[in-house]
Amino acid sequence: MDYEVIIGLEVHAELLTDSKIFCCCTTEFGGAPNTHCCPVCLGLPGVLPVTNEKVIELGVKAALALNCEISPYSKFDRKNYFYPDLPKAYQISQYDLPLARNGYLEIEVDGKTKKIGITRVHLEEDAGKLVHSETGSYSLVDYNRTGVPLIEIVTEPDLRSPAEAKIFLEKLKSILQYAEVSDCKMQEGSLRCDANVSIRPMGSKEFGTKTELKNMNSFKAVQKGLEYEVKRQKKLLERGKKIIQETRRWDENSNKTYTMRSKEEAHDYRYFPEPDLPPIVLEKGYIEEIRKTLPEMPYDRKKRYIEEYGLPEYDAGVITSSKALADFFEECVKEYVDAKTVSNWVMGELLGTLNAMDKEIDEIPLTPKHLADMLKLMDKGTISGKIAKKVFKEMMETGRTPDEIVEEKGLKQIADEGELSKIVDKVIADNPKSVEDYRAGKKKAIGYLVGQVMKETRGKANPQLVNKLLREKLES
Amino acid sequence: MKLCELTAHELKDMLRKGETSSREITESVLDRIQEVEEKVKAYVTIDREGALKQADEIDEKLKQGEQLPPLAGIPIALKDNMCTKGLKTTCSSKILENFVPPYDATVVAKLKENGAVIIGKTNMDEFAMGSSTENSAFFNTANPWDLTTVPGGSSGGSAAAVAADEAVMALGSDTGGSIRQPAALCGVVGLKPTYGFVSRYGLIAFASSLDQIGPITRDVTDCALLMNVICGHDPRDSTSADVKVPDFTRFLRNDVKGLRIGIPKEYFPEGINPEVEKAVINAGKLLEELGAEIIEISLPHTDYALADYYIIAPAEASSNLARYDGIQYGYRSQDYDDLIDLYKKTRSEGFGPEVKRRIMLGTYALSSGYYDAYYLKALKVRTLVKQDFDRAFEKVDCIISPTSPTPAFKMGEKVDDPLAMYLSDVFTLPVNMAGIAGISIPCGFSKEGLPIGLQVIGKPFDEGTIIQVAYTFEQNTDFHKRKPEL
Repeated sequence: MDYEVIIGLEVHAELLTDSKIFCCCTTEFGGAPNTHCCPVCLGLPGVLPVTNEKVIELGVKAALALNCEISPYSKFDRKNYFYPDLPKAYQISQYDLPLARNGYLEIEVDGKTKKIGITRVHLEEDAGKLVHSETGSYSLVDYNRTGVPLIEIVTEPDLRSPAEAKIFLEKLKSILQYAEVSDCKMQEGSLRCDANVSIRPMGSKEFGTKTELKNMNSFKAVQKGLEYEVKRQKKLLERGKKIIQETRRWDENSNKTYTMRSKEEAHDYRYFPEPDLPPIVLEKGYIEEIRKTLPEMPYDRKKRYIEEYGLPEYDAGVITSSKALADFFEECVKEYVDAKTVSNWVMGELLGTLNAMDKEIDEIPLTPKHLADMLKLMDKGTISGKIAKKVFKEMMETGRTPDEIVEEKGLKQIADEGELSKIVDKVIADNPKSVEDYRAGKKKAIGYLVGQVMKETRGKANPQLVNKLLREKLES
Repeated sequence: MKLCELTAHELKDMLRKGETSSREITESVLDRIQEVEEKVKAYVTIDREGALKQADEIDEKLKQGEQLPPLAGIPIALKDNMCTKGLKTTCSSKILENFVPPYDATVVAKLKENGAVIIGKTNMDEFAMGSSTENSAFFNTANPWDLTTVPGGSSGGSAAAVAADEAVMALGSDTGGSIRQPAALCGVVGLKPTYGFVSRYGLIAFASSLDQIGPITRDVTDCALLMNVICGHDPRDSTSADVKVPDFTRFLRNDVKGLRIGIPKEYFPEGINPEVEKAVINAGKLLEELGAEIIEISLPHTDYALADYYIIAPAEASSNLARYDGIQYGYRSQDYDDLIDLYKKTRSEGFGPEVKRRIMLGTYALSSGYYDAYYLKALKVRTLVKQDFDRAFEKVDCIISPTSPTPAFKMGEKVDDPLAMYLSDVFTLPVNMAGIAGISIPCGFSKEGLPIGLQVIGKPFDEGTIIQVAYTFEQNTDFHKRKPEL
């Protein structure tokens, strides 16, 4: 039987504020354990939370970027459960009146645009981290992350395949980065995703029993976990068995999902309104002010790149898929007007090397100005295209300027006629056979001679000049 | 008269005139503690050295001719649920027996800025849950008027300390009557300010939407002086009100002419202690003679307030007290198998029976499937209770009633009957539900010589009016001048 796959996602993204959601501690990632804490985020007896206004602002901004309706009145609630990384034994979250609802995100699937509904966006505080001892006999708690602001984004069950889920997440990440509300670094946990998945016979209107998947640490893992889970559910149904509603954990090592807890073991979070915090009341004017601060979103930027810079649609799409990459491109074009050349370098050398290094553009020391300067050196004839690739690699690794690199490594192109002339004379003298061939009419033999000059100059000779000199000398 | 027997405003004047020093006052209080504490047991922690050091600092400043705030050099006791940096804060609970806060509550910081001398931390019902201080995990506090009776609660230690001259003044906290009821039972003045008037930052939470810190003093003048120090907006407490704080001493006027004072008929139910009833009726008559207009009013939802309170307060408490899990600080069971076992044993061993009872009540009321029937309903009833007062205040400027249905009762009399104990707060807790202000002042004595309290209830942020009524009553009576014999 054919089945339809139904997927909904719950995504947590850390908001890019300097301080935590209810106290003044830093949100910086890392740091020695328990050094980014104060009595408030440690939940000591007697402390009270005070809402960081920047959190509301970024939350609203994120929700607007996801086309949501912002609630004029929302509130915080307590989600009660015991766990050592949760020092108050409740998480301040939002329950029945979230910050925003009814949004959507458009994704491209097989060349078609598809709208994925966003059920809600709400604010909450992050928990700390447990560090388990190797022997398993004890665990240590690090509260540095406790109280870092999060938004939880819940989608409608609109996704129809694990691949779609991955496309959605990539798009969501791009939007949140564009809106400058989250850096979305999955490896640092600033973006996390849980998934609800069920299957139903093709054409059926009723939803099947869903399972919730947790512990997927990359977009690839989300897709793989969902693929495994869909297969597992199909197998069960085909054997006439029932799917049990439960939470399952994806295990990266075995590539399987395992039961975490059944529906019966699910927590009763005993949500109730947080009595220590006033409700969040947002005026229309405030929301509109924030809307004005929303930067250009990827779709608009792509359009502009085609119109303003004359980039091919493909180039514009690739470059604008990541805000950081697009920002890099634009900065570079400010310094070097030939946008297509910049685009070629960004899509070719830059992206290729980044992929090989498994890094993001903001994780390497290369600046847009360095790339622009390097392109200018090429135009001036100071370096050849071949040398430029070497210089570029060096710039990506060290962050040094192209001038410094060219200077230090002596990569400057030899364009001095007198100097080159000597080398050409030497090559002619050393290769009588090729000279003879050329003079006998085998014009292709000049290629070999050019190569020899390049070899002598370690690639630094200006190729046009070498050609000219060789021809002159051979034909004289 | 010994220094420790005087009021803060008397001592303040003597200090200014150079007739005494803060050290002398503080030593007098510490001597008194030495003398009677064995009988009263008002304190969990006495900070002798800290107090004398503070006193000496004030004396030094006085010597230098510095202008000091009114309460500088005056010894004060703090209920042991207000965090004091470097000084144990236990909530009279085994689970926090050795907890030393790394920070000062906002009220504590304010007292220190104002030069008040902190004598120590007073006994209370564990986590402020109770009406007799018998729920302290450590020991009972006795009522200085009769050592076989309770001082009331939960701020029983603070009220007993002030009554027994073991402190010149004190702070208590009031969630359902915990300042006013012990003040009534110990024959002193106790005021619960409007919710949001005094910062709760550093007050160890019982029920966040009801808790409020307030003064316990020998007379109304001291109460006004202490209110001047503790009230005001605090950016660390989002529920603290951003309202202007008046100088409360401006309301120390012997005048109630033209004031409309309501007496709610629901506050004199059948079976009320006749001596209490009589004392309060007589208080009304006196105020009428002094020029006030006495108007009978109705607060029709009074009957539901108690039941309502016992949904809302425990629900909030069940969440507020969840953090005592043995992980980061406080008591941890010595012997456990795994995480869940650690939680269970720590909390079973660390909390007393009344705290456990309320955690269970609250957990139940918030549980999925029961939330709408209990908690949500309770929030609605709370609105009705509040509306009762709103309507009454259209007709009257303030309301008088008994503070407690009975004078001090015997130790042990109600410990095994939680419901009888809960009824001690039947006249005080509606004030917390409505978030308004209430003061208790001495208004008589029973045949056995036990104090009786008069409650004056005021509009939100209108503490001025109830202070004026209380002051006028005090100026025309002698009840506050009597002292227990110890």
